[in-house]
Amino acid sequence: MIRLEKRPQPSRALSLSTPIMAVLATFVFGGLLFAVLGKDPVEALQTIFWQPLFGEYAFYYRPQLLIKGAPLVLIAIGLSLGFKAGIWNIGAEGQYIMGAIFGAAVGLAFYPAEGWYIFPLMVLAGAMGGWAWAMIPAFLKVRFGTNEILVSLMLVYVAEQFLASMSLGLLKNPEGYGFPGSRNLQQYAPAHNAELFAGSGMHWGVVAALIAVIFAYVLLAKHRLGFAIRVTGEAPRAARFSGVNPARLVLFCLGTSGLLAGLAGMFEVSGPSGQITIDFNVGYGFTAIIVAFLGRLHPIGILLAGGLMALTYIGGDIAQSNLGLPAAAIQVFQGMLLFFLLALDVLTHYRLRIGAAEAV
Amino acid sequence: MTDYLLDLSGVTKAYPGVVANDDVSLRIAPGEVHALLGENGAGKSTLVKMIYGLVKPDAGQMQMHGQSYAPTDPHAARQAGVGMVFQHFSLFDALSVAENIALGMENPPKMRELSQQIRDVSDTYGLPLSPDRIVGDLSAGERQRVEIIRCLLQEPKLLIMDEPTSVLTPQEVEILFKTLRKLSAEGTAILYISHKLEEIRSLCDSATILRLGKVVGHCTPRETSARDMAEMMVGSALKTPTRESKEPGKVVLTLDKLSARSDSAFGMPLREISVEVRCGEVLGIGGVAGNGQDELLNALSGETLVSPGMLTFDGRDIGLFGPTSRRALGVLTAPEERLGHAAVPDMSLTENAMLTGAAREGLERGGMLDWAKARSFAEKIIEAFDVRTPGPGNAARSLSGGNLQKFVIGREVLQRPELLVVNQPTWGVDASAAAAIRQALLDLASGGTAVIVISQDLDELMEISDNFAALNEGRLSPPRPAQGLTVEEIGLMMGGAHGMEVADV
Repeated sequence: MIRLEKRPQPSRALSLSTPIMAVLATFVFGGLLFAVLGKDPVEALQTIFWQPLFGEYAFYYRPQLLIKGAPLVLIAIGLSLGFKAGIWNIGAEGQYIMGAIFGAAVGLAFYPAEGWYIFPLMVLAGAMGGWAWAMIPAFLKVRFGTNEILVSLMLVYVAEQFLASMSLGLLKNPEGYGFPGSRNLQQYAPAHNAELFAGSGMHWGVVAALIAVIFAYVLLAKHRLGFAIRVTGEAPRAARFSGVNPARLVLFCLGTSGLLAGLAGMFEVSGPSGQITIDFNVGYGFTAIIVAFLGRLHPIGILLAGGLMALTYIGGDIAQSNLGLPAAAIQVFQGMLLFFLLALDVLTHYRLRIGAAEAV
Repeated sequence: MTDYLLDLSGVTKAYPGVVANDDVSLRIAPGEVHALLGENGAGKSTLVKMIYGLVKPDAGQMQMHGQSYAPTDPHAARQAGVGMVFQHFSLFDALSVAENIALGMENPPKMRELSQQIRDVSDTYGLPLSPDRIVGDLSAGERQRVEIIRCLLQEPKLLIMDEPTSVLTPQEVEILFKTLRKLSAEGTAILYISHKLEEIRSLCDSATILRLGKVVGHCTPRETSARDMAEMMVGSALKTPTRESKEPGKVVLTLDKLSARSDSAFGMPLREISVEVRCGEVLGIGGVAGNGQDELLNALSGETLVSPGMLTFDGRDIGLFGPTSRRALGVLTAPEERLGHAAVPDMSLTENAMLTGAAREGLERGGMLDWAKARSFAEKIIEAFDVRTPGPGNAARSLSGGNLQKFVIGREVLQRPELLVVNQPTWGVDASAAAAIRQALLDLASGGTAVIVISQDLDELMEISDNFAALNEGRLSPPRPAQGLTVEEIGLMMGGAHGMEVADV
C-alpha cells in the first residue's frame, strides 16, 4: 500500500527541486504526446526549447522572449502576493485590458502634442486603470464578503466587452478608414514604449518587470507587509492575532496585482502591440497564474518561470509552423507543466511510504 | 475472580532509547472501573495504545475473555469490543457531528438514523449534543462529548478514557461519573487514565500505578489516601509553584459592561462583563469550554474591537485599538489554540517570535524586519523556558504541544507585559512544564504585572489566582478571593451543571 505521510517540516530540497522535476516529467509525457501525434518527439522538444534560444533564427526569437516574458512576470509577481495570502485574483486579464485602455486613452488624448510628460502620464493611467478594476472585487469582498475569485473572473468578460466597445467607438482611429482599432502608438513617438536598445526586445515593461521582482523579493523577505502576507496565507487567525488587518491586506494585495497587471497592459499597448484592438488581449493574465505557481510564488522563481513560459509560447509557434503541430497540442503541453508541478508539490509536505508502517 | 475481561501479563514495549512499558501486568473484570495512574511519560499512553491496537507489544501476553488477544489495528480492537476516548480529539472541523461519527464507523447507517442514534445515546447518558452542528464551532468540552458518543455507539465491552475530565466543571464531572457508573453497572469495564486523584478515589474500583514504564503498585482507591497514591506515582513530592505575597497595586484594567458578538456563528457573545484587575494581581477565570473564553481573549487582544468606554487600560480607552497598538501599551495575550492562532504551524520559531515580538522587542524598524534579532529573541525564549527543540529554525509544528506552549507563553512573558492574558496555559502540557509555566506567571505578577488566566483546570486556578471569577453563557460572575472558595461555590459560580441534564440512573 502506498501512503502519504505528513513531514514534520516541509522539505526545502524538494521545494526547490520539484519545478525541475515537473519540467522533466513534462518533457517525457509531452514527448510521448508528440510521438502519438506522429512527430519526432526529440525534434519537437528541440524545436520548442532549443530553436528560440540557439537556432538559426535566434537573433529574432531572443528579443521575443523578453517581449513575451515581461508581461507574464509583471502580472505573476502581483498575483503571487495575493496567492501567498490566500487572496485569489483570477481576473488579471481584465485588469491588464483596463490598464491598456486607460494608458492608451491618455496617450491618444494628447495626440498629436509633443512632450516628455506624455509617456509617464500614460504609465500612471495604466497603473490606475488596472488598480481600479481590481478594487471592484476588493471592495465587494471587504464590504459584503463576496468571493473575489468569481467577481474578478467575471470582470474579465466585462473588460473584454469594454475593450471591444472602445476599439469600435471612442478610441477608434479617425483616420483608420472605418477599420476597428485605435491609432497605432508606435507611430506617435511621445507615447511609444520603444525598445531601449534597438533589436534587444528590452522596453520599459521589461524594466518594470525586473523592478517588480526586486520589490517583491524585498517585500516578502524583509518587510512587515510581506510577513503579514505570508502569515495570513499560512494561518489567518494567527495573522489577526499578530495585528494584521485582513481587510487592508485584501485591498493591498488585489490593488497591487491589479496595478501591475494594468502596467503590463499599458506597456504592451504602447509597445509591442501598438494599438487597442478587439483582440488585443492574448491571455497573459491567465497564463500568469501558471507562471506564478510554476515559480512557487517566489519572485526569483517567477522570473525563471516567466522565461520558461515565454519560451514555450515562442517555441510552440515555431513548432506549429515548422512541424505542423496543432496549437491545442502546445496548450496541452503547457497545461502538463502546471499539472506536474502541482502533483509533485504534494511531496514537499508529504513523503511517500510504501507498505503498511506501524502507527505510533 | 477468575473470569477477567482483559488480562495483560508481562507486556513490554521498547522504543529507541526508552523502555515505555517494562513487564506490565494488568487485569480488568467486566464492569470494573480500573484507574491507570502515572505521571506524563510513565507509559500509560503506550499501554492503552497496545490494548487499542495502535502499537504492537514486543513481548508479553494479552488475553480477552481467556482467549489470546492481539489486535493488529484499532479496527480489530473495536471489533473485539474496545472503545477509546482520546485526550486529543481526532475530528474534522468542517464536518458535522454526525458526519464525524459516521467516518469512524465500519458500516455507517443512513445519516438520519445515525442522527437519531446520536440523540438517543446523548439523552440516555446525559451528554447534550446536536448531531447537525459543525465540529469547528464546538468547544473543547463539546468535542469530547462527540468522542464519547462515538465510542458508546459501538456498545463497547471495555471503554478506555484518557484524561476525560480536564474540560468539565465539577458538576459535569459528577454527571460524567454517573454515566460511567451506569455503563459499569451494565457490565462495561472502564479503563480510566487520569492524574486527578480525588476523581479516581470517587469513581474507580481498583488502580494500577505506573512509573517509568513499570508497575509500581496496585491499590483500591477508596481505601487509599490521595497522598499515598501521589507518592507512588511520582516517587517524591511535587514542587508546587510559590509566590511572594504582595499588596495589590492600582487598578490597571477595567472592563465596564463589555459586550461583544462572537466571530463564529455558534460562538458565545460576551454579555456586560464588568471587572477590574490590579497590578500584580492574578485573576483566574474559570468556566466550561464554549462559554465565552475565546471571545473574551479576542476582546482583550484586540482581535475583536469593542465600543468606546467598555475597555480601559491604564486610563486609556483601548476598545478600538487593534492588537498592535495594544501590544505597544503592554497588553499581551496568549490564545488557547497553539497551532494556527498563537503560532503559525509551518513557520519557524524565529518567524513565530516575530509574530508578536516585532514592536516590543525592536525586531522591526520602519517596517523593515530584523531577522537576526528575531532569531536571537527566539533563542532567548528557548533558553529561558527550556523549550526542547534543535533550534529556532525548526517549524512550530515540529514541537510537541507542551514545548510549543512553553514557547508561546515565554514569547509573551519575555516581552515584559503590563497585562498578560492567557487562555488554557497548560492544556495538554506535562506536569513539570505546567509547573514551570505557572511559576512564570506568578513571577510576572510578583513583578507588578496584572495577569488574567482563563482556564478550565480549576486546580490550576485555585493554585495561582488571587481572585476567581467564572464565565457562564458569556457573563462573568463577580470575582471573589480564591482563597477559601469551596468546590461547591465554584461550581455554582460556573452556573452549576451548565447545559447538562442528569441522566436517569
